[in-house]
Amino acid sequence: MRRNGPFAIGFMALFALFMLAPIIVVLGVSVTPTGYLEFPPSGLSLRWFRAILDNPDFIDAAINSLKLGVVSATLATLVAVPAAMAIDRRRFHGREALLAFFMSPLMVPTVVLGIAFLRFLTLIGFNGTFSGLAVCHAIIVTPFVLRLVLASLSGLDRAVEKAAVALGASDWTVFRRITMPSILSGIIGGWVLAFITSFDEVTVTIFIVNPSTTTLPVRLFSHIAQTTDPLVASVSAVAILFTVAVMLLVDRIYGLDRLLIGEGAK
Amino acid sequence: MSARTDYRHWALSAPALVLFTTFLLAPLIMTLVLSFRHFDFYGGIDDSVSLASYAEVLGDWYFYEIFGRTFAIALATTVLCVLIGAPASYFLNRMRPGFRSVMILIILGPLLISVVVRTLGWAIILGNRGVINTFLMDLGVIEAPIKMMYTSGGIVLALVHVMVPYMVLAVWAALQRQDPATEAAAESLGASPLTIFRRIVLPQAMPGVLSGSLIVFSLSASAFATPAILGGRRVKVVATSVYDEFMNTLNWPLGAAIAILLMVSIVVVMVAWNRLVEARFGRSYA
Repeated sequence: MRRNGPFAIGFMALFALFMLAPIIVVLGVSVTPTGYLEFPPSGLSLRWFRAILDNPDFIDAAINSLKLGVVSATLATLVAVPAAMAIDRRRFHGREALLAFFMSPLMVPTVVLGIAFLRFLTLIGFNGTFSGLAVCHAIIVTPFVLRLVLASLSGLDRAVEKAAVALGASDWTVFRRITMPSILSGIIGGWVLAFITSFDEVTVTIFIVNPSTTTLPVRLFSHIAQTTDPLVASVSAVAILFTVAVMLLVDRIYGLDRLLIGEGAK
Repeated sequence: MSARTDYRHWALSAPALVLFTTFLLAPLIMTLVLSFRHFDFYGGIDDSVSLASYAEVLGDWYFYEIFGRTFAIALATTVLCVLIGAPASYFLNRMRPGFRSVMILIILGPLLISVVVRTLGWAIILGNRGVINTFLMDLGVIEAPIKMMYTSGGIVLALVHVMVPYMVLAVWAALQRQDPATEAAAESLGASPLTIFRRIVLPQAMPGVLSGSLIVFSLSASAFATPAILGGRRVKVVATSVYDEFMNTLNWPLGAAIAILLMVSIVVVMVAWNRLVEARFGRSYA
């Protein structure tokens, strides 16, 4: 295949700069010693990182986001793995419709999901509660788990399972000893993608949180709406570094390009 | 297998099905019903059925302006994403594997960072005392700052940053299905690079460009956080006005009607786009 010429290389360099610009700027501003947003920073200071410690509401929001991400990703995984087994393994009436239904949170505009959850949770008296948030987040992130688990299942060699069945293993034993270990990287990849999606979610969440259950992106959003000081940059910088750490971890376990591109997904 | 086992797929899907029916399908139907409820500022929402909210949206030029602006922003974002994302995917395909992995990380990595954080970066870049204006004023190119915050243009720029990874993913997936040997064959048969691009690469990339456009357009038309931060109260889009109706004015039926109309108009645009594409390109790009 032909390689890229100078125009293509220049184009890609500019594109890379465009993609990195807002992230570099946020990281740059976060280390400013001054009291206002300044880029490039005139010096290096951890002043605004120390300021995070004086703002416990940001720390509480971050803890809420972490808890929410873990609970909703786990709940989504628990319902998505058996559903994926049914959809991948069996040909039944309504299979396509079922898959479309489980993928539908990706199709409905997030603002519509937000008001739908708000209306529903208000009527059943769960608005603003952690459990209400967790269930709604689980629905939003289920498609991500389902897609990755389905991709792992479709790449699986079924001969080993058939051999186990022929040797008298029960369905549960086959799943526990053979299927599950083979698709484990897909399950973990799906869980992580679900966790990150929940951790970053803002449009739906902003409708259904109250001040005590608020998440980090929502807290940042309302802070930015009122004022922009380097504090939002330092909090964002911590969030970026956390995401990068998770990305490196995922890269080890699952392969980042596989997670993002969904290689093997049919 | 006995007849009993024939229903195991429903047993396996039951937890997800119960969760989705209760917490997704029911709320969506209730939202549709809500949009037909009557609202008054003193009594709140009552149980009567009314088309008042839809009449209010469809009879007020204020809402036409908001819908028009939203779709103009979504269209501009989509066009720019095609112009940037399609060539980027093509060049990506021809990069050396090492560089390509790094480039994929740079393009797709931001997807994992919260939209709020990325939009904050754009707010810092585009502000009146932001990175671009400070730079240009220090150089003496401009006297007064160029207004980029609280403009549709600023929103489009930040939305392109948020959406272009989806375009790259779609076009790249289409290009991956292409056999590299076809390009080599065309070349050995004496085709010029332009002919190869027009007759071989473009037709294979086209389905990716078209499906990527649909994704980018529908996500941009319903985007909330980016227009809310970069547009403030001055540049309202549909999603932010839904938020205002629900959280500030507390006229939930009106907010629900606006949201339903947004969803319906996105679907209409997507179906029309599909029809147009099939009529135009159906035969040549099928």
